[in-house]
Order: sequence, then structure tokens, then C-alpha cells
Amino acid sequence: MSAQQVPGGPVPGEGVGAGPGEAAAVGAPRRGNETVYFALRNPKLLAGAVVVAVLLVAALAVPPFLGGSPNAYVGPQAQPPSAEFWFGTTNFGQDVFAQFVHGLRSTFLVGLLGGGIAALVGMVVGFVAGYRGGLVDEVLNMITNIVLVLPAMVVLIIAAAYLEARGILVQSLFIGLTSWPWAARAIRAQTLSLATRDFVDLARLSGRRAHAIIFREIAPNMSSYLFMTFILLFGGAILIAAGLDFIGLGPPQGVSLGLMMHSAVSWSALQLGMWWWFVPPGLGITAIVGSLYIMNVGLDEVFNPRLRET
Amino acid sequence: MWRYFGRKLFVYALTFFVAVTINWMIPRFMPGDPVRSMLARASVGNAEALEAMRAYYSSLFGLDLPVWQQYLNFWGSLLRGDLGTSVWLFPTPVSEVILGAVPYTLGLLVPAILLSWIAGNKFGAFAARGRWLDNTVLPVGYLLTATPYMWLGILLAWSLGIVAGIFPTAGAYGFALQPSLSWAFVSSLVLHWFLPFLSLFLVAFGGWAIGMRNMIIYELEADYSSYLEALGAPRRLVRRYAFRNALLPQLTGLALQLGTIVAGALLTEIVFSYPGLGNLILEALNNRDFFLLQGAFLFIVLGVLIANFVIDVVYVLVDPRVRVQMQGGAA
Repeated sequence: MSAQQVPGGPVPGEGVGAGPGEAAAVGAPRRGNETVYFALRNPKLLAGAVVVAVLLVAALAVPPFLGGSPNAYVGPQAQPPSAEFWFGTTNFGQDVFAQFVHGLRSTFLVGLLGGGIAALVGMVVGFVAGYRGGLVDEVLNMITNIVLVLPAMVVLIIAAAYLEARGILVQSLFIGLTSWPWAARAIRAQTLSLATRDFVDLARLSGRRAHAIIFREIAPNMSSYLFMTFILLFGGAILIAAGLDFIGLGPPQGVSLGLMMHSAVSWSALQLGMWWWFVPPGLGITAIVGSLYIMNVGLDEVFNPRLRET
Repeated sequence: MWRYFGRKLFVYALTFFVAVTINWMIPRFMPGDPVRSMLARASVGNAEALEAMRAYYSSLFGLDLPVWQQYLNFWGSLLRGDLGTSVWLFPTPVSEVILGAVPYTLGLLVPAILLSWIAGNKFGAFAARGRWLDNTVLPVGYLLTATPYMWLGILLAWSLGIVAGIFPTAGAYGFALQPSLSWAFVSSLVLHWFLPFLSLFLVAFGGWAIGMRNMIIYELEADYSSYLEALGAPRRLVRRYAFRNALLPQLTGLALQLGTIVAGALLTEIVFSYPGLGNLILEALNNRDFFLLQGAFLFIVLGVLIANFVIDVVYVLVDPRVRVQMQGGAA
């Protein structure tokens, strides 16, 4: 599920006063300290961050030690987890643990690239539409609405079906280009409310150019909001990629968590009771995306004092 | 009133236009040649036969005409309801194949969407600001929404279907049965329907519960809530107002989530070999049946657009502000 009407996301805060990071705008150094202070005391943020960090380290550090291809036929066939093969082996004697850590890598990569591209497009569209207004806003809004209504996953299925060169990069690019609209909408709303503030008027009077005002005056004032939007896009991209891989539209030679589930189901791991083949990949995705969401709630509380538990 | 709906309908019409155009463009402008990949699949060695087949497929797609002519022809046949002929189930027309699958998909989607939305909202409102419930519900809800649809489907199929043996895990009804209105058939239909429905329901439920919980907390912070509380209004009354206010964004959220839930239904159908559109798409991919694939795409887009419009209408019925605004505009 791409995080569209983002659960717990920054969506409700369209009101001016609830803009994140405004309450503590006393001075830069003090504000930084305060953010860190509350961040270190927020159990949701910490728990989410620890889970994501552990999986990230596993994805980055473990594969070099394993050596060889994760798809190599290294062991006995269809073995349950043991000391030698931690997550057991597949029907063909592939090491599920090796596939899992390599799959984590591509999961993080897709999230980073796909979420990054979506955030970039969403930010450009949102900032320009919100700041410029008028006809530009109308046109961008129309485009946003159209892409918003089109079911992203189904468009991606069609596109991927015809694409012969499928890799993680292409997949992320396509995901990024289809999942930005809700972010653009949210950022536009925030920009609209900031663009009428006095300090923005002042910058405009002083003759700054539009892009300078957007990047120097508006964007920093909603940086926490942008960061949270990126996290949600990151999680959404992971889920979409997993779905595509599961249908069999992923990178043909690669390893990914979605692809592991695809092969587990196609080689009847369910009927054979080989739970070690299909439980870890889904659990990995759920852990990453769920922790990201919970982290986001924590971040929301850190940046927005009104949400902090008293 | 007509202005509002006119504007909405215009966007939807434009979206449909874009969808059809994408549908037309993708096979023609993607890197890679669909005709060649179809020929590669047929694995014909004879060069002469290959050439004849290439000519046949090119004329079938209309690839030998000028581009604008191809585009107009595409619209023409689309408006006549002609989506081409399925390669997988040759010679059944694509529209017929799809219409056979649509009831199954709708039968999964509509109850799953409606029930999860209603139950999720009620539960989220109930859990909000209850210290104990809030702290347990919140993580569980987030984990549920973060679960890939197909994985929850796999887990349910494995645990309740294969290990416990309570529910069947493939198809829409028993293999030995013929569709009829008998008790045996209907009960088998319901048994086969339950697990895919449950996995769709659970994932969506988590999202709605969390959304509602967050909205309620936001509403309880609003001035009107504090005012009511200061007046000494009972807690339940304040909460009821907050709930009604929070429902509107949740309705907008439903419109935004439709595409995601539909995609989830497609994935769930694949896990359970449920004979809806998702399975059809998988078969189309496996058999490189591009007409079927594109037909399914158009049907799904059309369905999502119609559902969006229904939500727009409901929104007008539910939100007094929009209603008054429209009456004012009309007068």
C-alpha cells in the first residue's frame, strides 16, 4: 500500500498554527538542542529507528561476508532453519538467509530512489503550485489530480509488462513518477499557508527571486514536514515494489523480498509447509515499513509540541 | 451544484482520456518491440514464416498505419466496446473475458472497503485517547497497514487454510461444483471468499483505525472541543462532535486510497487464485496477452473513476458546508 492518505502522516496539520517546527523557533542552537532532547526521549521514534537501523546494517554489512551469489545452489534442498542455514533453504537448495539480506538491500535501494524521486517531483510541483498560484496552480493541480486518481500500481503493471530492460533503477524511476501526487498536494497546502506570512512578503519586497524565496524562506520552515513526507514516500515505494516483484514484474535476475515471495508461492512452498521461505521476506518488509510509520508518529510528536503526551 | 459536479466530471473525463492515451502509448513507445517479443515466444525458426507473422501482428496492432491514424482507430474501436481478442482464451473477445471476472473482484472489494472503513473508523474513535488501548492499538494498526497485502494473504492461506484446514485456499468455489443456486454451491462460494476478504479487510482496517484515531486527537485539540468542555458538556457529546468532523477527511482518504486497495485486491486474488481481475492480469502477463492486459487496465481505471464520483456525491450529501455553499451558488 502506498501511503497515500497517510496513516498518521502530516496530513491533518494543514492549519497554519500546527505547522511543524514553529513552536521552537527561538534560536537555531537552542531549537536544535530541544529537538534532540525530545527525540531521545520519544519511545516511538527510538523503537522505529532501532528496527530500521538493525535491518539497514544487516543489509549493508552482511552480504560481503556471505560471498557468492544469493541465488547459488549451495545446500541441501528444502531444509528447515539450522545452524548452517539460518533461514533454511529453498526447493533448489538456495540459502534463504543470503537471499533475505540481499533482498533487504534492494528494498532499501528502491525505497530510497523511488521515495526520493517522488519527494523531488512532489516538492517541485507543490512549491511551484503553492507559491505561484493563478494559472500555474490550476494546471499543476489538474495534473496532480489526474495522476492521483490513476491507480499507480496498475499503471506500473502495464508499463513493466512491456519493458524489457527491467532493473531496480527503472523500477524506482517509475514508482517515483507515479506516487508523488499526495505529497505535492500536502506540500502545496503548506506552501500556501506560509507564502502569505510577513517574512515571505519581506523577502519578496527585498527583490529576491522566486526560487530563492522558496528554498531560503519557505522550505526551511517546513523542513520537518518535508522529511516526514519523504519517510512515508519511502515506505510506500517499498510496498509498491514488493507488489510488482510478487507479480513477477521485478528485475529478472535480481533478488528482492517481493521476488522471494513470488518464487515461494510459485514453487508451492505453502502446500509443502516451507514457512521459512515465505515468512522472512514479508516480515522484513512489514518491519521496515511499519517502523518507518511509527518513527513518523514519533517525529510528529517531537516537532509538534501539541501532540506530545503530557 | 452543477458547477461542482461539472468540474469533477471534467477532471475524471480528462483522467480517462489520459489513461486511454497511456494505454495506447505504452506498447508503441516503450523501448523494446512487443511484436518481436511475441515472435520470440512463438519460437518459429523459418525466416519466411517469421516475416509473415510479423506482418500479421503489425497489421493486428495497426502498426503499419500513420501514428495519428492508429490513435484515432484505437479510440474508435474502444468506443464501440471492442477491446480486441484475447490471445490466452482465443477466440473469446477481451471484453467478455473481463466481464466474467469483474463480479469476483467487486464481490471482494466492495464489502472489504465498506466494512473496513466503517469498522476502522468506529474502532479508531474508540481507541483514541484511551491510554491503554491507544498504546496497544497504535503499533498493531501501523504494522497492519505496513503489511504487504500478498504477505498477509499468504500467511492466512497457510495458517487457516493449509495447516488448520478450515478454509480452502484456491479458486472461487469447489472444483467439483457448477455455478448454481444450490446450498452446496453458495456455501462453497462463501468459504472460498472469506480468506481473501479477510486479508483485504485487515490491512485496510489498520489504516482507517489509525487515521481516525489521529483525526479524533486533532479534533479534540480544536477550540470548539475545549469550549464545549469548558461549558461542562459530557465527554461523550464532545467525542460525538469530534467523530462527525473527523469523518469528512476520512471520506476524502477513502477516495485517495481506492487505487491502493484495488491494487491490494489484485495481489490478494493472485495469492488465492481467485478468478477476478488480478488473476486475469497474471494470466495475461504469463501468456503475453496484451489485449487482455490493456482491457483490464481500462476497466480498473473506469471502476476507480466511477467510485471516486460516488464518493464525491456522498461527500455533498454528508458535508453541510458544501451543501449550503452549493445552494448559495445556485440561488
